[in-house]
Amino acid sequence: MRKRTTESSGLGAKGGRATGVLDQESPERSSSQTLDHKELLNIYHQMVLVRRFEEKAAEIYSAGKIGGFCHLYIGQEAVAIGAISAIRKDDYAVTSYREHAHAIAKGMSPESVMAELYGKATGCSQGKGGSMHMFDKEVGFLGGHAIVGGQIPLATGAAFASKYKGTDQVTLCFFGEAAVNQGAFHESLNLAQLWKLPCIFICENNQYGMGTSLERAMSSQDISQKALAYDIAAEFVDGMDVLAVREATLRAVARARKDYLPTLLEVRTYRFMGHSMSDPGNYRTRAEIERHQERDPIKLFLASLTAQGLLSDSEVKEIEAQVKEQIEKAVRFAEESPFPDPKELYTHVYATPLTPNRG
Amino acid sequence: MALVTMREALNQALREEMLRDEDVFLMGEEVGAYQGAYKVTKGLLEELGPKRVLDTPITELGFAGLGVGAAMVGLRPIVEFMTFNFSILATDQIINSAAKMLYMSGGQFKIPIVFRGPGGSAFQVSSQHSQALESWFAYFPGLKVVMPSTPADAKGLLKSAIRDDDPVIFIEQERMYGHKGEVPDDPDFTIPLGVADIKRAGTDATIVARSLMVPVALKAAEALQQQGVSCEVIDPRTIRPLDIETIIRSVKKTNRVVVAEESHPFCGVAAEISTEISERAFDYLDAPVKRVSGADVPMPYAKNLEDLAIPGVDQIVAAVREVAYLD
Repeated sequence: MRKRTTESSGLGAKGGRATGVLDQESPERSSSQTLDHKELLNIYHQMVLVRRFEEKAAEIYSAGKIGGFCHLYIGQEAVAIGAISAIRKDDYAVTSYREHAHAIAKGMSPESVMAELYGKATGCSQGKGGSMHMFDKEVGFLGGHAIVGGQIPLATGAAFASKYKGTDQVTLCFFGEAAVNQGAFHESLNLAQLWKLPCIFICENNQYGMGTSLERAMSSQDISQKALAYDIAAEFVDGMDVLAVREATLRAVARARKDYLPTLLEVRTYRFMGHSMSDPGNYRTRAEIERHQERDPIKLFLASLTAQGLLSDSEVKEIEAQVKEQIEKAVRFAEESPFPDPKELYTHVYATPLTPNRG
Repeated sequence: MALVTMREALNQALREEMLRDEDVFLMGEEVGAYQGAYKVTKGLLEELGPKRVLDTPITELGFAGLGVGAAMVGLRPIVEFMTFNFSILATDQIINSAAKMLYMSGGQFKIPIVFRGPGGSAFQVSSQHSQALESWFAYFPGLKVVMPSTPADAKGLLKSAIRDDDPVIFIEQERMYGHKGEVPDDPDFTIPLGVADIKRAGTDATIVARSLMVPVALKAAEALQQQGVSCEVIDPRTIRPLDIETIIRSVKKTNRVVVAEESHPFCGVAAEISTEISERAFDYLDAPVKRVSGADVPMPYAKNLEDLAIPGVDQIVAAVREVAYLD
């Protein structure tokens, strides 16, 4: 690969979009033009859905109905929605513990995700995983994983299996920028390129690992450039622009499907909420958050769609109404579902039961 | 039946299971072109090809996690650690991913994977390359832990481990690869996980031993026979699931138990077995359960110190005499 030649736009650059090696080399054409009206509306709908879902989750968490940790995704929606819109249902996605949006985007129902937050038997993981461990085999969602960087080797394994079986499935692997400092990241990028695995590494750079800023944690903060060390193609993407994320992912997906090649995408984003619900947020200023909120990914997409005459006021209202109904339905489902039966404590420990000698 | 080494028996199991099931693949450091650091994988690359037998870089966390991810979506990986000492680098993926995936996904993702390689004490390689880690892995629900002590057990158990739908930690004793024994030729020969084997029947005392301690315990039993003490030697073969019933049956017969292991005593497998016996057969005991464990120190290099750190025949004999109140 050639060295990345992007302008260092970063977050806050008006209208900033993906640039990088693939822009110059990829034969893929920009795909936003190819999305029809319905598909654009669907992307907008999903972004609003996961935003409202998270707002509701925060409310319910504060009411004490959701336990444990609850890491919200508000502000980062363009990343999961944009990237997952670029893959098929039979492709795989795997991510960290900040995963409600990825789960829904991959095709899981808001009901099963909400019920899991409630710890109910009808949750996607039958109440055994909670906010950080959501899974759905049916839609290829390989889970939320809660050790920072732990999902990255798993993603290379799913990609390895696709190549081994000779399918053209790809794997999207999401992780935060703090995971880039973990050995798991480096070991996995090395293996992915060494063995030519169809894995797309999507670093959601929200600029804070819990309360520690990127500047305080990473000696060299140009994350996409780390791909150079492994001879992996990389791209820097504006993570507040859902179509830019989608397009960059499409380029990476094409490489993965055709040539079994991995890609690293550094997607610059920002989380508007705390690291988790218990985060006092004293490591950044209100002004900083507000500055980023000016580039709220949903607002940006809405402005772009309306400016192009692709979305009317009445359609916006209709989507909001539909989302409201979806959320209410999810909450009602979770509220009314039973907690797991006590006997479920001992199920799913082993796939093949232990010998009768030991219960 | 054929007389083969432990190394050859393991090689047969790998070969047969890989020929039997296309979804099984093998990866690890030096398993292919180099033929295996301990030659357990000799000839497999040549016969099965580079798709099925993969040489990895030295990146234990990375390839262990790759294996778990591949298992999530339907493959059946065999991951060789050149030695289990290096598995320590991969424990996040073994424990947090492999062991827990089925449970935290509500039963959706089984992980049929075998992590195998040599473990336990080796020959004069000091602290970092000579240690027994089974109690670490056996601690975690979701993992199965296997430790064979004969070539036949090694073959039959490894074949079962590869066919098993759960993550299996398969620890081969580094000092025992050259041990010879009769091994069945039948490609359908397997030994179920979780079933202990009575390596020697006896009436006066029970010695529970695993892995390297089995031949040592058998020698001790031979010596004790000369002294008029009949020992039953039980090899659990799998640490988890543990066939405690076979041990308890023996204890109820002999009323005296020694548990021998080469691992450290503190929080070890012998401590667990001892507790199980206390809970289930206290009234049958004529003496407290006695442990014979490796020294509670990192493994030293010097030959004389290393010998002192690993239990030998004399210690087991002395322990049995102690529980039999013979001295």
